[in-house]
Amino acid sequence: MTTMPISLTAPLSLEKTRSLIAGDKVLITGTIYTARDAAHRRLIELIEKGGELPFELTGQIIYYVGPTPASPGRATGSAGPTTSSRVDRYTPQLLARGLRAVIGKGDRSPEVAAALQEHGAVYLAAVGGAGALLAERIRVAEVVAWPELGTEAIHRFEVSDFPAIVVMDAQGGNLYASGRKKYRQPR
Amino acid sequence: MREVDVSEVTALVSRLYQEANFNLPPDVVAALESALELEESLLGREVLETLLKNAEIAARERVPLCQDTGLAAVFVEVGQEVCFTGGPFRQAVDAGVAKAWQDGYLRASVVSSPCHDRANTGDNTPAMLHTELVAGETVRITVLPKGAGSENMSRLAMLKPAEGIAGLVDFVVETVEKAGGNPCPPIFLGVGVGGTMDRAAVLSKLALLRPAASPNPDERLARLELEIRDSVNALGIGPGGFGGSITCLGVALEEYPCHIASLPVAVNIQCNSARRATGSI
Repeated sequence: MTTMPISLTAPLSLEKTRSLIAGDKVLITGTIYTARDAAHRRLIELIEKGGELPFELTGQIIYYVGPTPASPGRATGSAGPTTSSRVDRYTPQLLARGLRAVIGKGDRSPEVAAALQEHGAVYLAAVGGAGALLAERIRVAEVVAWPELGTEAIHRFEVSDFPAIVVMDAQGGNLYASGRKKYRQPR
Repeated sequence: MREVDVSEVTALVSRLYQEANFNLPPDVVAALESALELEESLLGREVLETLLKNAEIAARERVPLCQDTGLAAVFVEVGQEVCFTGGPFRQAVDAGVAKAWQDGYLRASVVSSPCHDRANTGDNTPAMLHTELVAGETVRITVLPKGAGSENMSRLAMLKPAEGIAGLVDFVVETVEKAGGNPCPPIFLGVGVGGTMDRAAVLSKLALLRPAASPNPDERLARLELEIRDSVNALGIGPGGFGGSITCLGVALEEYPCHIASLPVAVNIQCNSARRATGSI
């Protein structure tokens, strides 16, 4: 495990995501997009109908988050990760369209793990419960699609040094599994 | 008889719901600090430090600790000498939730029809309201904002009495193991044992109202709480789920008499952002 975080600039190159290893700490700077369950459902419907997506997926990062409303003077309210597994059924199709990294929390399905490897993508985790701290790294927040979904609308975030940890890499490495194994005690 | 205008209920619920979302209770901060001393994993300690820093930022900036500002679980103890005036009590509680959502810039996280439309109610109402009549003339209100990340990982089992304490501990440990990193560990566990199915579930949430590090007054149950905590920590899930020695910050178990044929066990998982606030009228 590295001790120094790796700086990433979003959008990401395939070469970059392939070089990341489960357990790496990263600091992301650039543009990322938000999507939760409802937005994922709509993205998949658009892909299946051959429609135009609200943003081009190639090289992009999707952050699973539904922020609280911004109070006056702030870019966004609290903005920590939500549970990733709720969008497991949609993720492989988005990765096939070029999505290169996702940020959330919690275990993913075997299908997502396989799709990450197939497409050279990574699954990152942000610290769940740190929404106030993470929001400080979001400089700009703007709704780019489906404002009627409220907190579930797709937002574009401009982030600076947004901290995350590589949980599942493109080689099949999984920090949740290896970390748990390392510290598991016999009962 | 003491008259209480329900506008006071609205004002108190609103204040408590906001305060709970901005200020992590001191006992929870202390539990995170203790965990920082004990955690073996370097990354685990970094997660704990992040959470402590998050609590500082939330309080200072008055920005919610977590974006999931929760369903409003509202527990009210009503002194039986109290007479409410000025309108229906239930509406007053929901008005307090809506006011907190608006004034505190909290997230609207409630859908009206879970089966079909799943349309957002727009103001985070209704509250999950629990009322209990008690002696006296005080109204005591606790607001527990409950996020779905941990709530979705909670479980209930109607065990056979023959499965006993070993079966109970196994069920709790299995629940946490299945949850993994989803409920934002390190977690707290509320365990409700006994009663009927619904009673066990309510008990498990009432258990979460107990301050961290305050054991059940019954010594045998206090020992059981520690046994469950240590068994859960042996899972190695750790802070953030990244592996570590501290998965659980505390277990609060409450029991209630039950049927001779039953052993209901409810496990309510609470995330590291274990928010709650209490006040009285």
